[in-house]
Amino acid sequence: MRFYFQKVLFYLVALWAALTLNFAIPRLMPGDPVSIIVMKMAAAGQVITPETRHAITVQLGGVGEGGWWSQYWQYLVNLAHGDLGVSIANYPVKVSTILGNALPWTVTLVGLATVLAFVLGVGLGILAGWRRGSVWDNLIPVATFFQAVPYFWLALILLLLLSRTWQVFPFAQGYDTVAWPIITPGLNWPFVKSAVYHGCLPAATIVLSSIAGWMLGMRNMMVSTLSEDHILTAEAKGLKPGRVRWTYAARNAVLPSLSGFAISLGFVVAGSIVMETVFSYPGVGFQLWKAVSNNDYPLMQGTFLVISIAVLAANLLVDLLLGLIDPRTRARA
Amino acid sequence: MSDHLVSPTGGAGPAADATTAPDPATDATLTPAADPAAPLPDPALAPAATPALAPPADPAAPPPADELVDETGAVERVFQRRRSLAQLLPSRSAKLVVGVTLLGAVVLFAVLGPWLVDDPRAISTDMLVAPGTSGHLLGTNQAGQDLFAQLAYGVRGSLIIGVAVGLMATVLSALFGVLGTYLGGVADDGFALFTNVVLVIPGLPLTIVIANYVPADRRGLLLIAAVLAITSWAASARVLRAVTLSVRQRDYVAAARVAGEKTWRVLVVEILPNLIPVMAGQLVFAIIFAILGEAGLSFLGLGANGSFTLGTILYFAWQSLALTQGAWWWFVPPGLLIALVGMALSLINFSIDEIINPKLRQSTRAARKQWGLTPEQLALLKEGDVR
Repeated sequence: MRFYFQKVLFYLVALWAALTLNFAIPRLMPGDPVSIIVMKMAAAGQVITPETRHAITVQLGGVGEGGWWSQYWQYLVNLAHGDLGVSIANYPVKVSTILGNALPWTVTLVGLATVLAFVLGVGLGILAGWRRGSVWDNLIPVATFFQAVPYFWLALILLLLLSRTWQVFPFAQGYDTVAWPIITPGLNWPFVKSAVYHGCLPAATIVLSSIAGWMLGMRNMMVSTLSEDHILTAEAKGLKPGRVRWTYAARNAVLPSLSGFAISLGFVVAGSIVMETVFSYPGVGFQLWKAVSNNDYPLMQGTFLVISIAVLAANLLVDLLLGLIDPRTRARA
Repeated sequence: MSDHLVSPTGGAGPAADATTAPDPATDATLTPAADPAAPLPDPALAPAATPALAPPADPAAPPPADELVDETGAVERVFQRRRSLAQLLPSRSAKLVVGVTLLGAVVLFAVLGPWLVDDPRAISTDMLVAPGTSGHLLGTNQAGQDLFAQLAYGVRGSLIIGVAVGLMATVLSALFGVLGTYLGGVADDGFALFTNVVLVIPGLPLTIVIANYVPADRRGLLLIAAVLAITSWAASARVLRAVTLSVRQRDYVAAARVAGEKTWRVLVVEILPNLIPVMAGQLVFAIIFAILGEAGLSFLGLGANGSFTLGTILYFAWQSLALTQGAWWWFVPPGLLIALVGMALSLINFSIDEIINPKLRQSTRAARKQWGLTPEQLALLKEGDVR
């Protein structure tokens, strides 16, 4: 119980840190969002009055108004009400509405692709570690190559090959938006079919790029575990190789992969953000890119918060799972 | 420990002996650190000591087999020492060779390339020509700029960012991972909590937010590097903390503390050398992370102002719809180069891992058989298959 309490407490601290960072960054950075927006408006030929300036300031959550503490308190109260402000580029749509529409896309895509990459990568890692020094070791250089491939570049290559040269997969979007009869997002067969079809290339990008990391980590842990004494004992007892491999070696070797989940997930999320822009995939990453290119500060900050919360939640889940399958983590707490 | 690293460079035969038996003249407080009983110091010694040791041994014994017959004593001992050092190093270093060669080629291209090519921003009338046509080795982009020239400057920019971020992140991780752990108590708890919190907050979104709040004209190379470093040190710090915790409990560290050595001295002289192999691996990893992170940032249009990196080339290629125009030569080479640099660094990292963790080395049955054999038996084994 103590273990679970500590974990939840830690993630609460992390959540608070993310919220505070999100609050502090705009106030600490040299750039002034209000001036940037005013400059853009002026360049577009609009008349700028002090009232315009004030309106934008209020719209951006009152940066520079009142004391820091009252601003901070207001910020937390707004967040507690799920109020992330109003998007500038899509005025007057609320940021929470935009992200509410985008989040399911990213969570489904990244979630499924990560689970798939994890299972495949760990499986290959077990194989490569078990048969170390054999032809399977040739997987290592290949894996290191894919590990270092930028997600967005792989996305470009996949698009070039499978969408432009051979027109197998669609070029962009999360589902067919120009189809007739019109496909309405929701739980209906035409939509699900279209979404899965459009999700193939983005998912392939994530799996191909992240599988190598899981595989290399697992392979190394497997090799380390195989030289432990309990493996020797198991072999000396005459246990079947399959049993030694799975129950004695793989089960222990997979634990570091799980406890290092935070690092790996960070990479996958980072890669997916940039990748989504290549596919114009209607997820959170694409929104972040749109926010960045339109100087839509409320949307950008909201996106950062939502991504942080999602990553924290995923990590909490894995940590709790790890506590369940590895009693040692609970004992150490 | 430090005397071991220095003495082999001193000269030929007799000086090399210092490595086999501890030199009586060495500082008494340093000898425990070189104790072979501690598992970590020896691998740490290996990468630095081998190149230094090889030159003095070579002139003394060109064909080792003859020397063994002619002379006894010093030469034989040197030979044995070399063999044990060779055992410390990864036994099959094909990965290392490939990694170093690849990296060397790319670094050479980054250093020499910009001197050999024309201005990467010079526009011409050869717009979007394919590779090999009208003197453009890798073709041109939409503005008629030579892509080979752009690539040369881009690799240089990416590598500079990578190395800068790698160094900064390593220093940060050492600060948070080692210092707090050694001090213990509240400082340790605070540092560990801070590290773990930074670790779980996703790095790239944070980097994007920070970078976007800096006005484009003030977004310099150093600033981007600093932002990337701030978001990438935590994982290494956590690993360093675990290693430091185990090193801190060793007897020789306790001895140094009891002997009244200052905190910074214990940290720098007794503890840090044990962490060098781990940190080397982390530096390599940090460089990969930085190159990838910078490419991602630049691709979103948030790169350093006025800089030329592989990421910016990809950004312009994507913005100018190179994909829909089928201009693969515009965006394939930059990404390929990033992946190749990353692959080379990973392969080097693999070899470093094998030095730190002997269990990762080739321990197939065939390799294990060779461990107990003498050089003559090994030579026989190589000539004919004795298996």
